[in-house]
Amino acid sequence: MARSVSNRAKALNTAVAGTLGFLMFFPILWIIVLSFKTEEDAIRAPLEVLFNSGWTLESFFTVQERSDYFKHFSNSVIISLGSTFLGLLIAVPAAWAMAFVPAKHTKNVLMWMLSTKMLPPVGVLVPIYLIFRDYGLLDTRIGLVFVLMMMNLPIIIWMLYTYFKEIPGEILEAARMDGASLREEILYVLTPMAIPGMASTVLLNIILAWNEAFWTLNLTAAKAAPLTAFIASYSSPEGLFYAKLSAASIMAIAPILIMGWFSQKQLVRGLTFGAVK
Amino acid sequence: MGQIQLNQVSKSFGSVEVIPPLDLTIEDGEFVVFVGPSGCGKSTLLRLIAGLEDVTDGHVMIDGDDATDIVPAKRGLAMVFQSYALYPHMSVRKNIAFPLRMAGLDKSEQDRRVTEAARVLNLTDYLERRPGQLSGGQRQRVAIGRAIVREPEAFLFDEPLSNLDAALRVGMRLEISELHKRLATTMIYVTHDQVEAMTMADKIVVLQAGVIEQVGSPLELYQRPRNTFVAGFIGSPKMNLIGGSEAAKHDAATIGIRPEHIEISEGPGAWEGTVGVSEHLGSDTFFHVQTAASSEPITVRAQGELGLRYGQKVYLSPSMEHLHRFDSKGLRIE
Amino acid sequence: MISPSVILLLGWMIIPLSLTIYFSFLRYNLITPTGNPFVGWENYYWFLTDPSFKAAMINTLVMVGGILLITVIGGIGFALLLDRPMWGQGIIRIMVIAPFFVMPTVSALVWKNMFMNPVNGIFGRIATGLGFEPIDFMGQIPLLSIVLIVSWMWLPFATLILFTAMQSLDQEQLEAAEMDGAGWTSRFIFIVLPHLARAITVVILIQTIFLLSIFAEILVTTNGGPGTASTNLTYLIYVSSLLQFDVGMGSAGGVIAIILANIVAIFLMRMIGKNLDA
Repeated sequence: MARSVSNRAKALNTAVAGTLGFLMFFPILWIIVLSFKTEEDAIRAPLEVLFNSGWTLESFFTVQERSDYFKHFSNSVIISLGSTFLGLLIAVPAAWAMAFVPAKHTKNVLMWMLSTKMLPPVGVLVPIYLIFRDYGLLDTRIGLVFVLMMMNLPIIIWMLYTYFKEIPGEILEAARMDGASLREEILYVLTPMAIPGMASTVLLNIILAWNEAFWTLNLTAAKAAPLTAFIASYSSPEGLFYAKLSAASIMAIAPILIMGWFSQKQLVRGLTFGAVK
Repeated sequence: MGQIQLNQVSKSFGSVEVIPPLDLTIEDGEFVVFVGPSGCGKSTLLRLIAGLEDVTDGHVMIDGDDATDIVPAKRGLAMVFQSYALYPHMSVRKNIAFPLRMAGLDKSEQDRRVTEAARVLNLTDYLERRPGQLSGGQRQRVAIGRAIVREPEAFLFDEPLSNLDAALRVGMRLEISELHKRLATTMIYVTHDQVEAMTMADKIVVLQAGVIEQVGSPLELYQRPRNTFVAGFIGSPKMNLIGGSEAAKHDAATIGIRPEHIEISEGPGAWEGTVGVSEHLGSDTFFHVQTAASSEPITVRAQGELGLRYGQKVYLSPSMEHLHRFDSKGLRIE
Repeated sequence: MISPSVILLLGWMIIPLSLTIYFSFLRYNLITPTGNPFVGWENYYWFLTDPSFKAAMINTLVMVGGILLITVIGGIGFALLLDRPMWGQGIIRIMVIAPFFVMPTVSALVWKNMFMNPVNGIFGRIATGLGFEPIDFMGQIPLLSIVLIVSWMWLPFATLILFTAMQSLDQEQLEAAEMDGAGWTSRFIFIVLPHLARAITVVILIQTIFLLSIFAEILVTTNGGPGTASTNLTYLIYVSSLLQFDVGMGSAGGVIAIILANIVAIFLMRMIGKNLDA
């Protein structure tokens, strides 16, 4: 039984949690505000910024005009979607086989796959950089797609595996009793049941790839730079142009922020490898 | 027709033999219940008949034809699973229609049969819902509906009521019995609940550790249990089983007497004892009486209220014509 | 069906890894061609005895330790708080979790410029407004600044996981403890903490793996400086390999980083493995 709680206690909880939540969210809120300001207004005192200045979309246009924002945006889209879907293509059969036709070593294989994720990227920075240089992959989107796909492949396989595992065996047996052939079983029963899990997996991996900031910073220059690298170019001295930095930042994080809100549950599953339920 | 015959069927998982070679015949139209404690192999036996497990040895005959190597869907059997195994992404209508769709029936025939099944099972108003939006009892009915539409030779039920609460279980029990009377199709029903077995079955198969302990009608099992296991398993409250010198008086290793076949009184009787806990059901009272005859308290069933108190001295008189005698191997002595 | 994944991951692991190990035994510099002679443990010797290695190790430990301390304690706090009945819990939770989805370069730059800048940053303005000398975060306390920024990014992760774990705590257990006379602190120490222990361990292990590789945040804020004041192991390896073009030295550092990460990984894999059996 859930215990009834007095409204006063509830109000107190709401006030405390709301305040702390607001503080956590404040930096994001602040760049949303600043992105709609002129540069002159953006560096004024916070209260003046809020109550004593106009609103403008100017910064968004400037960011696009000066540094071709959409090129970087599309790089980010291509790299994160490309790596995720390529990964999915390779991971689905593997996860499928491990979940539905487990062999003696399935568990060990799975554990080994996860262990590759524990390898610190910096440990292989040098050889990857040199290989990329020698094969002309530096600053190419295809190169990054491949690296990020490899980075996230263990997570994709792992998540799919756990989702497939959750499909109850009795359902498959029921389908067999109902006369479904293997093809029909996959088409009408398994796939529809697996789609939510696959969607979650895709969502989380797009987020991870979008925000990846080790390989994207080290392996790109101008051409293939996604938003992480583009924003890094504001490190100095352009960072002092608050309005433009804010506009660029908001555009870079908005899509992922929205996707992230939908994927809280999957985040726990995907990033803890099932160790927390 | 739905006669099912098991000839020397056995099943091993690796080196573990869960079902030693076993023979069993289930006649057309019979309601057969497999009952036994958990892990006795009753579900495995059902799955062997369904074809979901391959037999290690022996033959499964359906209507006289060897079905051992036939795939589950082609055996003409329908199964209701413990978890109901409904397809969560399909509406009730699509769930019920699924086996028909797989069989390639035309759309109008599918609709006709689904509508009919829904009418029979009171599901007409729920046809467009998803399983997730249904109550336990409704899901159960959908699972049965999915089985009915196929018009199978036999229905297989794998502990179908174990996920329902007590009140619903009694209701569904009646519905399934009624369904059997109406369809007159062979039904094989697996349960660990001997009350379900007694109330529903034409024929009960009592299993223990993969071995058939006894096959018979509910009354046969109740009146003439073949061994101490069946004697103790069938009937509620359990039969009193008494060993030692008291049994020796009757030339047996163990004697058994059902609680309803013992008279309890304050006057003289065969066994003297003291009243322990009494359970009052209104119509009946169960007394647990400590006696010198048995180390375990003896359960006595009396009609109505007798007004006996805890700790009171009483006498028990077993009715001799209802005494069951078992030898040292636990087998019944006639 | 598993083989494409296995082959790819095996290649991804073995090829670069063996190259790293191979390079770490060569004198190999990209600007001064030396013919890449085999030099045995020389790179390791120089890497390990370089004062910046010692600094980087200390910085790495301080960063990982500090961030873990803040995020775990803060995460437990948030998890307990969010688990209480309140209005608008969904919205509050979303606000708390949002920072995790902000890309590292954005969060680092936003904090550095809009908050920690001594002149125009909000902290600076508050300090000035109260009559204090504003702190030059990146100049005076670069390491702490980075710890704060990264903590802001990872606190949501810890919160989310601990909150998830919190929700699986049986309320009846707490009520039983209450009936047994356990006060709020005793319930927290004897029921809640043991229940969260596993989740806390997981948070610590996973975060450690990621935190050992902090890179972007340093690159866009302090560049590892002033001097080596905010250089961690990852950044140090980046400096030797891609800024000083010393492939041999960078590789030696890489091998050391791998060994360190593996020590943590072993514990993490054990926990995952146990859960896989259950």
